[in-house]
Amino acid sequence: MNNTADAPRTLYDRLWDAHVVASAPDGQDLLYLDRHLLHEVSTPQSFELLRENGLAVRRPATQLAVPDHAVPTRDREGGAIREEMARRQVALLERNCREFGIELIDLNDPRQGIVHVISPEQAFTLPGITLVCGDSHTATHGAFGALAFGIGASECGTVMATQCLWQTRAKTLRVRIDGQLPPGVSAKDMVLSLIGRIGSGGGVGHAIELCGSAVTSASMEARMTLCNMGIEAGARVALIAPDDTTFAWIEGRERAPTGPLWEAAVAYWRTLRSHDDAVFSQEVVLDAASMAPQVTYGISPDQVIAVDAPVPDGPARALAYMGLDAGKPVKGLPIDFAFIGSCTNGRIEDLRAAAAVIRGRHVAPNVTAMVVPGSGLVKRQAEAEGLDSVFRAAGFEWHAAGCSLCVAMNGDSVPTGQRAISTSNRNFEGRQGPGARTHLASPQMVAAAAIAGRIVDIREELAA
Amino acid sequence: MTPFTTVSGSAFALPEDDIDTDVIYPARFLLRTEKLGLGNLAFADRADLRARIDAPDENPILVAGANFGCGSSREHAVWTLADAGFRAIFAPSFGEIFRSNCTNNGVLAGLVGEADHLALMTAAQAGTVLEVDLANTTVHFGGTAIRFSISDVDRRMLLEGWNATTRILALHREDITAFEGRQRHAAPWLWTKG
Repeated sequence: MNNTADAPRTLYDRLWDAHVVASAPDGQDLLYLDRHLLHEVSTPQSFELLRENGLAVRRPATQLAVPDHAVPTRDREGGAIREEMARRQVALLERNCREFGIELIDLNDPRQGIVHVISPEQAFTLPGITLVCGDSHTATHGAFGALAFGIGASECGTVMATQCLWQTRAKTLRVRIDGQLPPGVSAKDMVLSLIGRIGSGGGVGHAIELCGSAVTSASMEARMTLCNMGIEAGARVALIAPDDTTFAWIEGRERAPTGPLWEAAVAYWRTLRSHDDAVFSQEVVLDAASMAPQVTYGISPDQVIAVDAPVPDGPARALAYMGLDAGKPVKGLPIDFAFIGSCTNGRIEDLRAAAAVIRGRHVAPNVTAMVVPGSGLVKRQAEAEGLDSVFRAAGFEWHAAGCSLCVAMNGDSVPTGQRAISTSNRNFEGRQGPGARTHLASPQMVAAAAIAGRIVDIREELAA
Repeated sequence: MTPFTTVSGSAFALPEDDIDTDVIYPARFLLRTEKLGLGNLAFADRADLRARIDAPDENPILVAGANFGCGSSREHAVWTLADAGFRAIFAPSFGEIFRSNCTNNGVLAGLVGEADHLALMTAAQAGTVLEVDLANTTVHFGGTAIRFSISDVDRRMLLEGWNATTRILALHREDITAFEGRQRHAAPWLWTKG
C-alpha cells in the first residue's frame, strides 16, 4: 500500500488501498477484484483465453452471469430465441458457465435482466468491494460505495483466472451538487448537466466522487443513474459514499449478509467515506436548484442543452447527422420513437415517474413508444403496482427485461433517419440503429414526448 | 502475443474527436463470438473510412483525434482494427478501457502532445509512411521524428508480447493467496460462499 493509513485520503484511494495485492515500481498495483459480472457479449473470448491456457476459474462463487444485451424482449416465452446468432451466443454463455462452475441467471429466471440492474437487486453489489464487468456501465455500482469499473474481454478472462488486474490509480474529481431539484428535474438531468459542464473527456484519468445534499438526499435508484453515466464523462469510476439509505436498500436482499455478519459489515461500511481533509485532484460544483430538464442535441452525451435552449453552433457533423440547425429550439421537434429502459433508467422509480406523466393520456399517432424494464423483478413490481396497465392503456409496448433499444442488438432498432427520445445513456451515431437519431432525456421527459409526439418541456406539462 | 518492435506503414488520418467504439464496431455485429476475422466490419457504417481501409496496405497506422475509442468497453473495437491490419494508433487521448484493450491485443496506443499531433495529422493526411519505434517511443516520417508517450507497463507488455494472465499467475500466486487470507478475516461477509 502506497499511503500511510492515517494520512487523509479520498474514498476512492481508501477502497483502492484495501485491495492492493502487490505493487510495481512503475506505480501500477495488482488489484484484487471481489466480484465479477458476466454477460453473453463480452465473455465468449474470455472463456477461450482460459481454455487456450488450460486455466480454471479461481473463485466461481465471486462470479455471476446473466444474458442481457442480445436477448429479445418480446415473444420469448419458454426462453427460446428465434434469431440464430443471438440464440447461439446466449447458449454459449450457458455452456461456458456450466463448464466453469459459474452461477447463471437464465432467460426463464424471474430475476433475469440487465446486468447492472440485477446485481444490486441480488446484493451481489455491496459497499466497500471491488467489482468489474466487461461493460463500461459498471460504474453504476459505485452508487453503493463500491470501486466498480468496466473492463475488456481479455481482462474478464484474467479476472476469472486470477481475481486480479494490474491497474493504474486514477486521479480524483469531486463533484459537489447541493440544493433541491425543481419539479420535473431528475437525477438524469443532474448527470447530463455534469457531462455538459465537463465534457465527454472531462473525467478521463479520474475517478469521480459525487457528494452534496442533492446526492445524499437522492434515492439509490437516482444514485445509480448518476454513477451509471460517469463513463459518459470519460471516468471509469463514479462513487458515492454509502449511508443509511444504502444500507436500508441492501438489507434483506438475496445475497446480503445476515445476523452478526450484517452488523459487522455495516460497522465497516459506515467508515467508508473520504476524510474531511482529503485532497482531490479537481473539484466541480453544481447547483441542483438551478437545473432544467436536459436533452441532447448531438452525437455525444456532452452535446446537451436545457430543453428550452436553442441548438448551439455545434460540430457540423453532429448537426448534419441529427438533422438540426443551430439557433433553432429542440423543443417542438417531432419524434418517431420513445424508449424507456436501459441500465440508466430501467428501474422501478423510473417507471413510476414515467407512468405518472402518462396516466389517462395516449401516445401520439405515428409514435412507437416502448417500456423495457431493467429486470424481471422490476417488471413484476411494476405489474403489481398496475403500471403496466397504465403504459398499455396509453399505447406503450410493455416488454420483457433486457438492454433492448439502448444498444439495438436484440432486434429492436430505430430506422434510418427516424428520431428517438430515449432514457438510455448514449446518443452515438448508429447506437439505436444505423442512421438513427437519438435524443437522451429523463423518463418523465420521454413519457411526455411520447404523448405529445414531439419534444416538450415537462415543467410546462406539470404547470398545465 | 507477437512482440511489438518496429512497425512501418502508411498513415491513416481520422481527424475527428470522440470517435466512439460504436462507430469503430457497430453493435449489431456484437453477436459474433470469435475475435479473428472481424476486420471487414471496422467502421462498417462509415463508407468514407471503409473505402480507405479496403485499399491495400498491410500495416496502416491510425492517427486519430482526441478521446479515440470512448464509450462501450467492447474489445471487438480493437479486434476489428487489429484484423484490418492496424498495429498502432496515435491520438492526444484515448477512452481508457479501449486503451487497455489495445495493449492486451498487441496494438500500440500512443499519446502525442498537441503540437506533435498537429504535425503528425498533417503528415497523415498526406498519406506519409510512418515508422514507429516502440523501444525509443518515436515516430519517424519524412526526416522528422516526434516522441509519443505510453506507460512503461504497456510498453513492456507490447515489447515482450506478454500474456497478462499467465504472468500474474507465474509471479503473484502467493501474494493473491495471502491477500485472500487477510480479507477472509477482515471482511468475512464476502466469503460466505467460498
